[in-house]
Amino acid sequence: MTLNQQRKLKTILTGLFAWTVALVLFFPIFWMFITSFKTELQAISVPPSLFFEPTLDNFRIVQERSDYLHHAWNSVVTSFGSTIIALIIAIPAAYSMAFFPGKRTKDILLWMLSTKMLPAVGVLVPIYILCRNYGLLDSKTALVIIFTLMNLPIIVWMLFSYFKDLPKEILEAARMDGATPWDEVVKVVLPLSVGAISSTALLSIVLCWNEAFWSLNLTASDAAPLTAMIASYSSPEGLFWAKLSAASTLACAPIVIFGWFCQKQLVQGLTFGAVK
Amino acid sequence: MKRSITRLLMAPSVIMLLVWMIIPLSMTIYFSTIRYNLLYPGQNNFVGWMNFEFFITDPGFIPAVSNTLILLLSVLIITVVVGVMLSALIDKPFFGQGIVRVLLISPFFIMPTVNALIWKNMMMNPVYGIFAWISESLGFEPIDWLSSYPLMSVIIMVSWQWLPFAILVFVTALQSQDTEQKEAAQMDGATGWHIFRYLTIPHLARPIAVVVMIETIFLLAVFAEIFVSTGGGPGYDSTNLAYLIYNQALLQYDVGVASAGGLFAVLLANIVAIFLIRAVGKNLTV
Repeated sequence: MTLNQQRKLKTILTGLFAWTVALVLFFPIFWMFITSFKTELQAISVPPSLFFEPTLDNFRIVQERSDYLHHAWNSVVTSFGSTIIALIIAIPAAYSMAFFPGKRTKDILLWMLSTKMLPAVGVLVPIYILCRNYGLLDSKTALVIIFTLMNLPIIVWMLFSYFKDLPKEILEAARMDGATPWDEVVKVVLPLSVGAISSTALLSIVLCWNEAFWSLNLTASDAAPLTAMIASYSSPEGLFWAKLSAASTLACAPIVIFGWFCQKQLVQGLTFGAVK
Repeated sequence: MKRSITRLLMAPSVIMLLVWMIIPLSMTIYFSTIRYNLLYPGQNNFVGWMNFEFFITDPGFIPAVSNTLILLLSVLIITVVVGVMLSALIDKPFFGQGIVRVLLISPFFIMPTVNALIWKNMMMNPVYGIFAWISESLGFEPIDWLSSYPLMSVIIMVSWQWLPFAILVFVTALQSQDTEQKEAAQMDGATGWHIFRYLTIPHLARPIAVVVMIETIFLLAVFAEIFVSTGGGPGYDSTNLAYLIYNQALLQYDVGVASAGGLFAVLLANIVAIFLIRAVGKNLTV
């Protein structure tokens, strides 16, 4: 075998291996998707059937039984709403920490991240009682507030790591030309970091969309997002995997497809700029 | 710019997080010292350490703490070790790389509740599940995963969710590795293992730190997977702290004991965080 052939063989083997890993990891999702088009009997057939006549009945039944669109709307409102609010609060903070660092900037950042370490269960009871007292149980407002605060530390940290890497000279030049601090942010910093801000927003949306602890504990039906809707299908009565799969597919499809388009950005964002 | 303006810009974030931390935390501390059961309203007298004693002597306490730590460590080890190995193996151009990336990251976007349902029903069910079918085709007895190996089942579910994340972070990091350095090492007769050990691993130190930190934040609080799949059982075999406290507060209506448990969870998280920041913190730029 020549060196060239050896190299080719290596590429093919790498490819085969990578595809195998990817397909194995993707299999459960594929299976969920396939099952959602089966009848209940086909869904539990042994051996598992791969070829069958697809039906859309399950999707229809899920929409009828639990009003998918209502819960999907709740998910959209809470994820996008809280992400937008968090960004509005976080951008000025990250900006001032990145461009005008003080002695305590590092401590403040670490402290912010440490609030993420505070386990949600530790404060579940008071939050539940506060929500009950202010009539916020099962309301989207409560979820938006909680999601905002939940992701705020990560958002500040991610934006900070991007802003920090922006060349300071540009800002100085802008200042020389008589730009006010407001101009600096709106006309210089923000346009330069559109990518960073959008990947931060993406991550926040994904985390909110999939958040289950608060939505399971604080909502019942009115404000229940998709995570809570799915949990209502987990009760063991009877086997209805096909409908369950249809509901799951519907719940995950928007965010998975959204994620596919943005995965590159997302990974870069998620690593706090540690990976270039 | 003046210090006062920079402070003003930071203020909303800092104040909101302070409020978010202090109000619930002080309420938790207060509740943990009184008798507070939703079934017996009005009897909220001060009880001192009793709630803590009650929580710590609960038969579920020791299993819950050890399950929380086992879950955290196993998933960290699986995702980091397997993630590094897999990403080192697939870090070369090959056919369909883009599609493989998309397939690989997908489990990360699946919500924990759905994750648990897929695995519980379609993969691990002892009669109709894919695993049962595989082991029967190979001539083995099918395993009832959720009742025989409940904690391991949860570990599998959670690892499935986080392994893709680790792989993608590492693959992205490896793409920036210096190929000339690698080639030079090869010229000097370094084996594949040497390159992996002395060039790849050090290059990955920072990404590993990031993965460990982010995962720890989420793994200490695993809840939905347990809630949906095993319900903490059988017995306390798959109950972690989050689930135990949830059990006390919302199923047994004992807010006092649940609050004591919550404080304990905060304490544990802080201990883990201190270790963590020591271990990997120096690799994170602030």
